[in-house]
Amino acid sequence: MIPNTKTDPVIDVRDLKKVYHIGEIEVPALRGVNIQVQRGEVVAIMGPSGSGKSTLMNMIGCLDSPSDGVYILDGLQVSDLRDDELAEVRNKKIGFVFQKYNLLPRVSALENVELPMHYSDENSHMQQRATDALKAVGLEDRMRHKPNELSGGQQQRVAIARAIVNEPAIILADEPTGNLDSQAGKEIIDLLLGLNRERGTTLIIVTHDPDVSAAAQRVIHLRDGLIVGEGESR
Amino acid sequence: MKLLQVLREAIRSINSNRTRSFLTILGIIIGVAAVIALMAAGQGAQASITGQIQSIGTNLIYVMPGNQLTTATNRRPLTLADSRALANKLRAPHIRNVAPVITDNNDVSYGKESLQTTVYGVEPGFEIVQNLSLSDGAFFTRAEIDSRASVVVLGPALADHIIGKHEGIIGMVVRINDYPFRVIGVTTSKGGSQFNNPDTFAYIPLTSMQARVKQDLSSGRVNYILLQAEDEESVKLAIDEAALVLRENHRLNLRQPDDFSITNQEDFLSIASSITGVLTIFLAGIAGISLLVGGIGIMNIMLVSVTERTSEIGLRKALGARKLDIMLQFLSESAMLSLIGGILGILIGWGLASLIGFVAAQSGTDLIPVVGWDAILLATLFSTAVGLFFGWYPASRAANLQPVEALRYE
Repeated sequence: MIPNTKTDPVIDVRDLKKVYHIGEIEVPALRGVNIQVQRGEVVAIMGPSGSGKSTLMNMIGCLDSPSDGVYILDGLQVSDLRDDELAEVRNKKIGFVFQKYNLLPRVSALENVELPMHYSDENSHMQQRATDALKAVGLEDRMRHKPNELSGGQQQRVAIARAIVNEPAIILADEPTGNLDSQAGKEIIDLLLGLNRERGTTLIIVTHDPDVSAAAQRVIHLRDGLIVGEGESR
Repeated sequence: MKLLQVLREAIRSINSNRTRSFLTILGIIIGVAAVIALMAAGQGAQASITGQIQSIGTNLIYVMPGNQLTTATNRRPLTLADSRALANKLRAPHIRNVAPVITDNNDVSYGKESLQTTVYGVEPGFEIVQNLSLSDGAFFTRAEIDSRASVVVLGPALADHIIGKHEGIIGMVVRINDYPFRVIGVTTSKGGSQFNNPDTFAYIPLTSMQARVKQDLSSGRVNYILLQAEDEESVKLAIDEAALVLRENHRLNLRQPDDFSITNQEDFLSIASSITGVLTIFLAGIAGISLLVGGIGIMNIMLVSVTERTSEIGLRKALGARKLDIMLQFLSESAMLSLIGGILGILIGWGLASLIGFVAAQSGTDLIPVVGWDAILLATLFSTAVGLFFGWYPASRAANLQPVEALRYE
């Protein structure tokens, strides 16, 4: 692991609360969560459905704003940013990997990887950077293929290339192996761990697969909107 | 996101679902084609009508007795004395020709055949002012006026009707008001409408008209006077001069209004073109309604498209797309759709206009459709505007989707 140059955590969540309003009823999804993640860490978030792990993942991913509490991402207070500012934060600092890959079906792997750069100010040498990202996930010979011409594992690799192309501070993977067989799933986890080792990118994996969480340095267990346990997995 | 990239994605999206895209823009295609074709036909009709009026001559001026605008007291009729005064080059230098006219509805007969038509009592010079040409014979001369000669120039349709032919009839004798008139000329067919067709008119010397056909008319009185200005530029001057001469002749003081009215070919032209203009706008309006319907079709399919691509929108937002990016993506798609529809519509409308022209030519109607650049520009702008207008709501719906919910959408 590359040693950290900064000492402050890349993710600093303090007393984060989220309440959903469904009609008249208030549904608390997160009831005061505190998490600090250091640069370069690999953290797994686990918990049964309804535990609030999806909500926490959306908060960390800047896809949604908390009802209360503070969230500092990479030194930036993001808990009260406007929608378009959040979009910029997502573009620059977060790489998303989804369970269902979420690739654009009509375009090639290369163009899928280029997509985040279209929404960025830095869009020079797009093709070169996208090619480099695809090389990093071992798909340089599949660049011109469309998603339906690729296997599930390969599609998830394209998604990972897309996640790293803007060199984000963190990669946020939501059940990255959920749609894959165990062999392909293992390869994806190995790839993510490899990127973490080589680039020092912080890795947050939301999962309920014990094999996946076993690969993480730290596992956070969530239940009923609260952290119920935290520990080293190995 | 760069505009070029936005347009590329819009084209790709339209291309990826060609059947649906085509059906979506069909309404726009039909609407634009209808606008183009109907406006072309309308403008063709306008050109045809104004052309017919212009063929009579644009520097033609009509002087009528009476004044529509005021009820002038002691109205004096127009007389041959007025006509002579107008012909005085010293008093009215910009009037080239003066043609006093007496008209009468009367029977023109040959043997047992007769036709009631308009008989014109005119002087030489009338044929120049009215742009009348003869296919046979000659117009009467000053000498025939002076001698009150019983001669007549017939319209070809009139000759056909009463004599059965219009060629080789010079020297034959027809009867008008039971007086015999010798045919000395036949006018060239102008092929007008059934109503008030100049091909059915008969022209006799003004003096003969007074003596034999319209004897009850008080002496020297005429129905109206035709003037021909020196050229198109001097029409206004000629009108002013004519008014001055007539006011002097009628001894009107400064407070008395004109007891005559002077109109000009331009006035008729502007009336005719305003009528056909209204017609063209009316036709374009009807066609515009179908454009509107086409626009609603685009909105419908864009709403479907936004729903279908909800998770794609969620992904794009997760990757950093701002509201404006998503808005532009969908707006450019709907604008592009309707622009393509507009271009196809222009081509089809052009084809339809040519077809109208072809059918008109086959049936002998003088109508050449005009596809103007203004119509093309209008159709292009309007169809794009329709796309933007009807694309706005679906696009803003897409732009305002919450990323979390959009990503979760199945």
